[in-house]
Amino acid sequence: MKAVCWNGKTDMRVETVPDPEILNPRDAIVKITSTAICGSDLHLYDGYVPTLKKGDILGHEFMGEVVELGREVRNLSIGDRVVVPFTIACGNCFFCKKELWSLCDNSNPNSWIAEKMMGHSPSGLFGYTHMMGGYAGGQAEYARVPFADVGPLKVPDGMSDDQVLFLSDIFPTGYMAAENCQIEPGDTVAIWGCGPVGQFAIQSAWMLGAERVIAIDRFPERLLLAQTWGRAEIIDYEEVDSVLDVLNDMTGGFGPDACLDAVGMEAHGTTFDAKLDKTKQNLKLTFDRAHVLREVIMACRKGGTVSLAGVYAGFVDKVPMGAAINKGLTFKMGQTHVHRYMRPLLERIQNGEIDPSRVITHRLGLDDAPWGYRTFRDKEDDCIKIVLKPDGNGHFHAHGGNGHSHSHGPNGGNGQEYDA
Amino acid sequence: MREDVTARSLQRSTGSYDPSLEGYLGDEESSSLMTRVGQAAMIVSGAALVALAARKRSWSTLGLAAASAPLIYRGATGNWPMPERIAQRASDVVAAVPIETAVTIGRPAGELYRFWRQFENLPRFMKNLESVTEIDGRRSHWVGKSALGLKLEWDSEIVEEREGALLSWRSLPGSDVHNAGTVFFEQATGGRGTVVRVSLDYQVPGHFLGQAVGKMLSGTTQQQVKEDLKRFKELIETGEVPTTDGQSHGTRSLIGRIHNPI
Repeated sequence: MKAVCWNGKTDMRVETVPDPEILNPRDAIVKITSTAICGSDLHLYDGYVPTLKKGDILGHEFMGEVVELGREVRNLSIGDRVVVPFTIACGNCFFCKKELWSLCDNSNPNSWIAEKMMGHSPSGLFGYTHMMGGYAGGQAEYARVPFADVGPLKVPDGMSDDQVLFLSDIFPTGYMAAENCQIEPGDTVAIWGCGPVGQFAIQSAWMLGAERVIAIDRFPERLLLAQTWGRAEIIDYEEVDSVLDVLNDMTGGFGPDACLDAVGMEAHGTTFDAKLDKTKQNLKLTFDRAHVLREVIMACRKGGTVSLAGVYAGFVDKVPMGAAINKGLTFKMGQTHVHRYMRPLLERIQNGEIDPSRVITHRLGLDDAPWGYRTFRDKEDDCIKIVLKPDGNGHFHAHGGNGHSHSHGPNGGNGQEYDA
Repeated sequence: MREDVTARSLQRSTGSYDPSLEGYLGDEESSSLMTRVGQAAMIVSGAALVALAARKRSWSTLGLAAASAPLIYRGATGNWPMPERIAQRASDVVAAVPIETAVTIGRPAGELYRFWRQFENLPRFMKNLESVTEIDGRRSHWVGKSALGLKLEWDSEIVEEREGALLSWRSLPGSDVHNAGTVFFEQATGGRGTVVRVSLDYQVPGHFLGQAVGKMLSGTTQQQVKEDLKRFKELIETGEVPTTDGQSHGTRSLIGRIHNPI
């Protein structure tokens, strides 16, 4: 089969590899119909997350058709259409029983690496680092799904891939991040980062009862989507002297009740700390550029909540803990407990409360994935979200967000040079 | 003259002989020297030093490579490249390496005890174990795997067993690997199941290089036991041991091919 493989920093190649096989009784094999490139894949693409190996198949947002089942999977049938959560969870352990699915105790075969780095191991993840299990990902024609009796969600008839694909990660991730804001009636929620997760966090903040939502970014197309689809007030941080001052002004001196970081470890910023982080990262002195983490702490109102959805990999410094302590902030964070949110969010899609496909700007074939990674990373071509279609019916770009389509792209113009 | 001095200094540096272990491991064997485990370890660590030197290409690592030659020689031939008497005296010592680790498993102690007591089950989660065969009610025959495909065999006997609480064993004379240990099954707090605690001693070769390697290996072995216990938990709680062995991937680099999992 064809698969998108990481071959070193910014070197993605489409390779022909053996088809996956059932390795354990609770496995399933899924023929992938849609898969996406996630913002967290870009951290891998840029080589900022340790324990990736050349030849690893990436991709953790995918769905498709069940084509093979291990003998212990009884709730699925061959031919079922399923969306697969990016966190792999056994459903049996202490953590799964508490619905802390992304903390599953039994799904990471390389838990010892994570234990050395972090004290304890979170769940295994698809298409991520070997510290997180090293499971082959879903940017391929087929994928092996462990604990398939627990994770995959059957797609009701009549729903399209585009409608349900993002239940695999970014919709639940945005939703959990908003839930972590502990929103109360009357609250103002500020959201840093208007990428796909930020967009879903905006949508979810409204669902959870926020009175105001403020979105912060620097890319016009993302701010536009946050404003039009998300009905958020927007701040272009490159256009203001101080995001903190603007937020204080907007909230009459209070500061937002909850501040949500949907950016993570590759934050850009115009302040001194952001530039220092960038230098340190270039010198391999740190994995993380934590500018947004610092800013959410400083911006949040006293007694408010900081919600972290963006990925951090290692150690961060210059975090204003004094501010966090003295302002009595609550911190909520974590990889998404996807399993917990799939069904309720599916219902919201079915009820017509939300159309997740609005974030899609590009649909490509697998062969165009290397171009897609670069374009998504560089925010070129107004790229917000890329969906890959392994059956080859991609090859066009359409702006879900604001409704116009592009005529140039990987196959029309300069894209070929990026193909492996 | 020089030989004697060398021998004395070698003996001093070996240090921690534990006489109490002698009876435990069997008289005959406590004075026996290099087990095949040690031998394999010698070759592997020697080869690792050479590989390291080859990769780094620096003077200091070249020194390491030179130092590795005796290790490989010893591993391959069973003899140190030095006069026999010195080698003999230098390695006339054994040391026990204690290992302690624990894991919490969400099942009752009795169930876990019964699974463990069926020794045939152990290779399902102990990675370096090929098979265990019961000889009679107390004794069993163990076959292990080690580096370079070396087969290690030993007999073990149960020293004490308390249904649902603990199981104690030791290896018998004539074993390739000498070990003694206990596994305790204790009720966890908060209804979280059972804490399985393993306490294990195993013998390392006694000469000073052996001890250095032994120390290095004890970390590895502690880690190995810890991972085995984790797999025990995974198997019991989920019915399988999670794995990526045999999954698809693209072209690996040379290092990626020989070095697993990262």
